[in-house]
Amino acid sequence: MNGSPSSGAAHAVQIRGYLAVFAALLVLTVVTVAVASLDLSESATVAVAVTIATFKAALVAMFFMHLKGEKPLVFWSLGLTGVLFAALFAFLLWTEGDRLVGTRFLDAFGNAPKTAPSEGVH
Amino acid sequence: MDALPYTTTVRPDTGLTSPKLGIWLFLASEVMLFGSLFSAYVLLRSGAPVWPDQSATLSVPLATLNTVILISSSVTMVLAWAGAASGRLSRYRLFMGLTLLGGALFLVVKWIEYSDKFSHGLYPSTNNFLALYFTMTGLHAIHVIAGMVVNAYLIGPGARMWTKDHLRFTNRVEIAGIYWHFVDVVWIFLFPVLYLL
Repeated sequence: MNGSPSSGAAHAVQIRGYLAVFAALLVLTVVTVAVASLDLSESATVAVAVTIATFKAALVAMFFMHLKGEKPLVFWSLGLTGVLFAALFAFLLWTEGDRLVGTRFLDAFGNAPKTAPSEGVH
Repeated sequence: MDALPYTTTVRPDTGLTSPKLGIWLFLASEVMLFGSLFSAYVLLRSGAPVWPDQSATLSVPLATLNTVILISSSVTMVLAWAGAASGRLSRYRLFMGLTLLGGALFLVVKWIEYSDKFSHGLYPSTNNFLALYFTMTGLHAIHVIAGMVVNAYLIGPGARMWTKDHLRFTNRVEIAGIYWHFVDVVWIFLFPVLYLL
C-alpha cells in the first residue's frame, strides 16, 4: 500500500507532514477571507480566490489523498477528467464570449443586420 | 470466502489495488457532477444583469467556521488512517471519532445557516443565486452525510476486520479517507465561489 508508515520514526515524520499541511490550509483560509474583504477589482478578487482554492485543493490531494507518488493510471484518469472539466468551461466561453467581446452579427450577404441583437437576452 | 480479488495486493495490469482505482474513477465522475453545477453557476451569473451581494446574503463567519471544521476533520481522517496503518487501535478510534464529530458539527452549522435563510424568507425559488446556493451546498451536505455513514461503519461494526484482516481494513480506511478529503476539496471551492465572490 502506498505511503504506509514502516517504522516509528517514519510515522512521526509523516504525522508532522500532515500537521504542516493542516497549518498551511488554515493560513490560506484566513488569506482567502482577508483578500475578499479588500476592495480589489472583481476580476482580481476572482483570480486570487480561485488560485488560492486550487492551491489548497492541490495540498489536500497530494498529501491527504496520497496522490503524491501515486501510480500513473490514477493520473491518466484524472488527466482525462481535467480535460472534460475544462471542456465544460470552454463551452461557457463560446456561449458567453460573443457577448463579452461584442461580436458583430452579419446577415447572409456579409452586411450588418438592420437591427442589432438585443442586449441582455441570451 | 474472499470473493473480491486485489483488495490488498496490487493488480499487475493497473499497478493499483482495485479499491484504489475504483475510488479515483468514482471521484472523477464526482468532479464532473460538481463541475456541471459550477459551470451552471458561471453561466447564470455571467448572463445576469444584476446579481445579489453574496457576502451580504450569506454568513461569511459561519462559512469560515465550517471551512475550518471540514479541514480539521480531513486532518483527523488522515491521522485515523495513520493510526490504523501503524496498528494503534486507540489512536485510530480517537481520530475517526473526531472525524465523525467534525462532519456532525459541519452539518449543524449548515442547518443553522439554512434555518436563518428560511426564517428571512430566502428560498431556492427566491432567485438564481439562492437556487444555486441551496443546490450546490445541499448536494455537498448529502456527500458529507454519505461519508459519515461510511466512517461510522468503519468505527463500528466494520472495525471487526481490524484483527481479522488488518491490511484490508487499513485500505478501507484509506479509501474512505480519499472520499472524505474529496468532500473537503469541493467545499474549498464552494466557500469562496458562493460566499466571497
